[in-house]
Amino acid sequence: MKSSALKRVDLIFESVNVREILDKTLKRKPEEIIQDVLDSGLRGRGGAGFPTGMKWKYTAAEKNAVKYIVCNADEGEPGTFKDRQILDEVPRKVFGGMAIASKAIGAKIGYVYLRGEYKFLVPKLQEEMEIFHAMMKEMKHDFRLELRLGSGAYICGEESALFESIEGKRGEPRNKPPYPTTSGLFGKPTSINNVETLVYTVMICKYGADYFHKLGTTDSRGSKVFSVSGDTPKAGIYELELGMTVERFVEEFGDGDTKAVQVGGASGFCVPRKKFRDTIIGFEGVPTGGSMKLFNSSRSMYNVLHNYLDFFTEESCGQCTPCRVGCQQLLLGVEAVKRGERNSRYLDELVKLAGTMKIASKCGLGQSVGNAFKSIVENFKEEIIY
Amino acid sequence: MLEQVNLVKELADKHGRRRDSLIPILQGLMEEKNYLTDEAMVLVAKELDISAADVYGTASFYTFMDTDVRGKYVIRICKTISCSMKGKIEVLHTIEETLKIKVGETTSDKKFSLLETNCIGWCHKAPAMLINDTPYTELTPQKVTEILQEYMKM
Ligand SMILES: Cc1cc2nc3c(=O)[nH]c(=O)nc-3n(C[C@H](O)[C@H](O)[C@H](O)COP(=O)(O)O)c2cc1C
Ligand code: SF4
Repeated sequence: MKSSALKRVDLIFESVNVREILDKTLKRKPEEIIQDVLDSGLRGRGGAGFPTGMKWKYTAAEKNAVKYIVCNADEGEPGTFKDRQILDEVPRKVFGGMAIASKAIGAKIGYVYLRGEYKFLVPKLQEEMEIFHAMMKEMKHDFRLELRLGSGAYICGEESALFESIEGKRGEPRNKPPYPTTSGLFGKPTSINNVETLVYTVMICKYGADYFHKLGTTDSRGSKVFSVSGDTPKAGIYELELGMTVERFVEEFGDGDTKAVQVGGASGFCVPRKKFRDTIIGFEGVPTGGSMKLFNSSRSMYNVLHNYLDFFTEESCGQCTPCRVGCQQLLLGVEAVKRGERNSRYLDELVKLAGTMKIASKCGLGQSVGNAFKSIVENFKEEIIY
Repeated sequence: MLEQVNLVKELADKHGRRRDSLIPILQGLMEEKNYLTDEAMVLVAKELDISAADVYGTASFYTFMDTDVRGKYVIRICKTISCSMKGKIEVLHTIEETLKIKVGETTSDKKFSLLETNCIGWCHKAPAMLINDTPYTELTPQKVTEILQEYMKM
């Protein structure tokens, strides 16, 4: 009954001696470090879930004198707030993960891209960076960090938009391929990793790949930090073993009247009560960058959907038509249905439009608008119409 | 004007004159004043030897780089559903009544601007807002009144 267990884990916030871990790890060969991260089964915690070891391996394989490691601290997905807490509580572990990555891929410079909303963290991070730089010098490891701030654009969390932003431009996503591992920041091979992902690499180096691999399920190894909010008596940040069902999650965090859980924020999926039992939170079911929002029966799912569509309409960078116009039309469409100007069959047309956006949009923003749209419209049709 | 010229130079000395220095320089200007004036953007363009259209094009992409006149204290209240579920609307009304402005407006003494923003990462302590860079969480009408009164005294 492994999949029904809900186990607390303490890896991310555990207080460890980063210097000691780095002393040991930075002496190892890049291939060995990468192999450990591969063996652990760690997948990116920023949402997309690409195997971290593969990302490092591809970047390491590039023959370029200049490479970068970038820490994605843009955390803009509605309902996600764990990276802020990680940076606030254990910044040294985040930077330590970047040092390990630098050794693995062969980078001498790392960038931390912090969302502007978290600017209050800057003094602390700068102080920590000084300590870190002194430590790198002592260890004779040639690696420096730069801190860059966002300025209130959700799209800058998308990796190629984030590079554009660091380069001093509008945060507009690029075409892929080429992927960042071959052509990323300033056109150089780049590994971009989420804050939480980087901390896990530190813990994998400390405890070994096996330790991490034993936690979780085949598709979702290890644990994950969840940001829990909405109708719950226990809103907050929790690190849990992956592989639990939504049902178990709701038993732990619900208020006794949970009718839906939005897993993965505005770009994630809405799971209705009747699907709680059979839905696993993880890459085999509903993936999440951490955002878990609970809604009880007093909530209107129309309001939830409207809020998300309003969000996407505002945050779409406007570069490609399917997303720019699609977001607007979905928003106007559900409003028209709500006002009774369009009949319920119109919702099916809108679902088709969301499907087109998934295929035709240039980046993950436009491609994922349909996730929340379809899962809310299909499961709560009456609430959208009446 | 001379003050601005000097500030832009200072910022360029600090952050460099490359293209990737642009955003840190603009952010530095924002720190001095809560919005970017046309003159300042033209000065930055000259300093970095790029077109003013490039500077404006970049600045206008970012929500936090306002090109409209803003007050000394910019209030950004979260408009994501988690905050709405925890009584944000009452808090917003309290701010509007206290400052006598609506969302998108600036007080006539140019002290406060009131804006809405998307999720600022405090959903577990909703409702939340930023005043310039400082987050305020678990707001209630009473709490927000007290906070605003402190700012009014400044
Ligand atoms: C619209 C959009 C926003 C994103 N925002 C973030 C973010 O805030 N933080 C993050 O780590 N990844 C974000 N991502 C995912 C990144 O593009 C990228 O996959 C991730 O940083 C890789 O790190 P990981 O492999 O450690 O997850 C976003 C993707 C999209 C399409
Ligand atoms: S999908 Fe949307 S956010 Fe992405 S490039 Fe196209 S318009 Fe921009």
